[in-house]
Amino acid sequence: MNTVTLTIDGQKVTVPENTSILDAAKKAGIDIPTLCYFPDQNIKGNCRVCVVEVEGSRTLAASCSTPVNEGMAVKTWSKNVMNARRTIVQLMLADHDEDCNECVKNGVCELQSLAQRLNIQHNPFKNILKPKPIDTSTPSLIRNPNKCVKCGRCVDMCQETQQVGILFDAYRGADSEIVSGLGKYLSDAGCILCGQCSTVCPVAAIYENDETDKVWQAIFDTSKRVIVQTAPAIRVSIAEEFDMLPGTVALGQLAAGLRRLGFDDVFDTDFAADLTIMEEGHELLDRLQHGGMLPMITSCSPGWINFIEQYYPDLLPHLSTCKSPQQMFGSIAKTYYAQKIGLKPEDIFVVSIMPCTAKKYESGRPEMNDSGVRDVDVALTTRELARMIRQAGIDFTALPEEPFDEPLGISTGAGAIFGATGGVMEAALRTVYEVVTGNTLPSLDFTDVRGLKGIKEASVDLDDVKVNVAVAHGIANAKKLLELIRNGAADYQFIEIMCCPGGCIGGGGQPYRTTNAIRQQRIKAIYEVDKAMPLRKSHENPAVQALYEEFLGRPLSEKSHHLLHTTYSNRQH
Amino acid sequence: MSDLTVKRLTQRCGDIDPRDVSEYISTGGYKALVKALLTMKPQGVIDEVKASGLLGRGGAAFPTGLKMQMVHDTPGDVKYVVCNADEGEPGTFKDRYLMEGDPYQLVEGIILAGYAVGAQKGYIYIRGEYDRAIELMKNAVEQTRKIGYLGNNILKQHFNFDIEVRSGAGAYICGEEFALIESLEGKSGRPRYKPPYPPVSGLWDKPTLINNVETLANIPYIVSNGSKAFRSVGTDNSAGTKLICLSGNIANRGVFELPFGITLKDIIYDIGQGVPGERELKMIQIGGASGSCIPSDMLDVKLDFADMKKNGLSMGSGAIIAFDDSRCVIDIVKSLLKFFAHESCGKCTPCREGNPQLYNLIDDFSKGSATPSHYDVLQSLTQTMQQAALCGLGQSSPMPVVSTLLYFKDEYDMHINGRCPAGICSSTNGGEII
Repeated sequence: MNTVTLTIDGQKVTVPENTSILDAAKKAGIDIPTLCYFPDQNIKGNCRVCVVEVEGSRTLAASCSTPVNEGMAVKTWSKNVMNARRTIVQLMLADHDEDCNECVKNGVCELQSLAQRLNIQHNPFKNILKPKPIDTSTPSLIRNPNKCVKCGRCVDMCQETQQVGILFDAYRGADSEIVSGLGKYLSDAGCILCGQCSTVCPVAAIYENDETDKVWQAIFDTSKRVIVQTAPAIRVSIAEEFDMLPGTVALGQLAAGLRRLGFDDVFDTDFAADLTIMEEGHELLDRLQHGGMLPMITSCSPGWINFIEQYYPDLLPHLSTCKSPQQMFGSIAKTYYAQKIGLKPEDIFVVSIMPCTAKKYESGRPEMNDSGVRDVDVALTTRELARMIRQAGIDFTALPEEPFDEPLGISTGAGAIFGATGGVMEAALRTVYEVVTGNTLPSLDFTDVRGLKGIKEASVDLDDVKVNVAVAHGIANAKKLLELIRNGAADYQFIEIMCCPGGCIGGGGQPYRTTNAIRQQRIKAIYEVDKAMPLRKSHENPAVQALYEEFLGRPLSEKSHHLLHTTYSNRQH
Repeated sequence: MSDLTVKRLTQRCGDIDPRDVSEYISTGGYKALVKALLTMKPQGVIDEVKASGLLGRGGAAFPTGLKMQMVHDTPGDVKYVVCNADEGEPGTFKDRYLMEGDPYQLVEGIILAGYAVGAQKGYIYIRGEYDRAIELMKNAVEQTRKIGYLGNNILKQHFNFDIEVRSGAGAYICGEEFALIESLEGKSGRPRYKPPYPPVSGLWDKPTLINNVETLANIPYIVSNGSKAFRSVGTDNSAGTKLICLSGNIANRGVFELPFGITLKDIIYDIGQGVPGERELKMIQIGGASGSCIPSDMLDVKLDFADMKKNGLSMGSGAIIAFDDSRCVIDIVKSLLKFFAHESCGKCTPCREGNPQLYNLIDDFSKGSATPSHYDVLQSLTQTMQQAALCGLGQSSPMPVVSTLLYFKDEYDMHINGRCPAGICSSTNGGEII
């Protein structure tokens, strides 16, 4: 690789050619402030916060978009740089709803921290914001254009990574706006509510619909039995909210924290993930044996369901009819578990902690009432849970490790890996193989389907029947597989699709500023959780076995169909 | 007509039927194309343009031959020539004159440029309001195709080239080269960051030569007559002629082809016949809406890229707007800023937010609510925009403010003290501004 040597603030730095000044400075230990820049995204170069002086240049250079040259002399801090950076941030603040106290991002806002970092204590510019309506049209996301700084990170996410493409730059000059669906509200714009935009927004222009107050009300209501379930991906991300390193596993602390918040039962969505494998695995076998629609595609990711229902409704028969683990949990909690503890479904309040904003929409779908009442009452994101823990004054880092409650807190490693892309596939293969062949798997690790590669493939021999599987994460990758299916060119029997890049560990409800590097750390952590579990196959989960014996009968039974399966609808615009 | 004017680029304008290719040919048209294709290598054409010293006429005055060389030298099978005919600069109407008066000359210039850089396709991106120019250029392309100078194996050589005419949709920003390229690609017209520059990665990310109408229209003359003949008019560092558009408070308005080297005084008083009526010249703005505003005692500056640069001026598009003493500097600057705030694409912060704030600050002067501290804010804001905006629009839109603060500071001071000497800012309340 060719290298380039330049000086930055008098320091000689050697970096590979085509490195940006921003990255070269990082190597020299200089942290240039940025705003529109986001790791893994296209370089936008539009906020101009990262400008630096390049010797011999008439203008300042945006360090994110300017590649280094041999012999280049860069000054990252000077009178001109200070004036430009300050003025730019002041200009942004002067076209921004500056009511920081009532802002969900107060304290975690990148604009706020930039202003602080640049020591902005007054603003010579008049605020010229023309207030626009706030979009509260969906149960998942709130879009507040009055906070928007037009950095374009959400647009890049929606257009490039997810390729759903409903967020656009619109209008020009001071009227510039980022709009959804040519000016429509999110609910009518074809949004899939994945919330990836909200994880990259530097301000509070788009964020999760905060429902923590509903949960507090339920907790404080003594007549309610408040049950919490927590998704596989939360245990490997929640620690980041409390300044611990990405990839920290906080399983026991999570259970302890939930208990301290006042939940009556601290259960685990991993249990429902194991249950999903039982149902979905048997559904696959049924389709393979009885000429059902193949390839069968997983259905646990509600953003993915929102996508296929709106954009590829012709392929809906390929979807597994299984509800997602969140919803299976809800209906089992309000039927099986309710009977066990002698309560009626309406006396139980089910809260789920999800890495996901689309889960909020899913839990409110009218068909998700199989217990007779709404199966899951509130779905909170990781970020909202962290907010509750801080509100209650719990020092998360000091919490002891505690177990989950029985029986719906009993789970296996197979349930845990649902949180990472390829995990559902791997968990399914572990069970399907043993059910079909009657043999014990020599190795439980299907490493071909792990990791951040966009589309992953594997083949498994099931008693002389070769089953080809594929895994895609992120809608851009999912679309490639869907086009293959549409064109009859997909030689697969089973496909796992997760809406978000990296799977649920990279979900739209996870801590802000999730990058691919952070996704890698969370994935590593989730396989550590799997490895450490005494049981790693869903069909060996004793609580799941008991559920079938005591209540459901067998996978795909009539009762299972009623409580654990669902239907989809064509929602094409 | 003053005898300072030259008939070179404009030699046919008004004298031939712009629809009829035979009239172009009978007046020496397409001679350069035949000469180049039959007797010159592409590098030979580039060398001739380099030797001519032709500088880009769109505003940046980049050496045209050097730009051609960059496109030529960038590896790639697919290359483009783009003619920037999105003439949206207020007070500028020279490209329109060239396209309407002699459309074939531009077509010939584009084909020659395509031959020189190794392109297969040319685009002419014309301002949407220029109905007549669009129609005439489309006709010129079609007629040229009919006689075989566009298409495959032109003049039986291994050179295939065609031209497509596209029209803009009314956005000033699409005169910026990358915004224009984005618009050609079917996207909204917003600039890209540089580098990479168009010669390396332009239209569809391919090497692209993008030049102004007037620049390309000069190439047939250079190829036909040679660089020496081209340099016979003009100065050492500004060769040839320049089309100047005169407008505003001046007697003789219009487009004039002028030799480099004459003074601004020659242009205003000889060509333009001075300010009409009993009025005095107060200020001229040179180069377009983002050009410098200078007082009447600075007119000894020569029409010459180097002399103008030395005096802090820029040729820009070649527009010169005259303002007499009935006009208020603050009011003029304010209307220019309103234009920029409206035409900013909104992509980068300094331009999107800076122009409306600049407008507000100047508006404070016209309302009499400005204070001396406004000068500090104007200083840091204009500097930020000039140094940190993404493209030329945001970098140059503060120029009217910066130049009037330099040359007409007293008028700003008077407004702080509640007085508008031209009586414009006070017109609604009888002489006193609030």
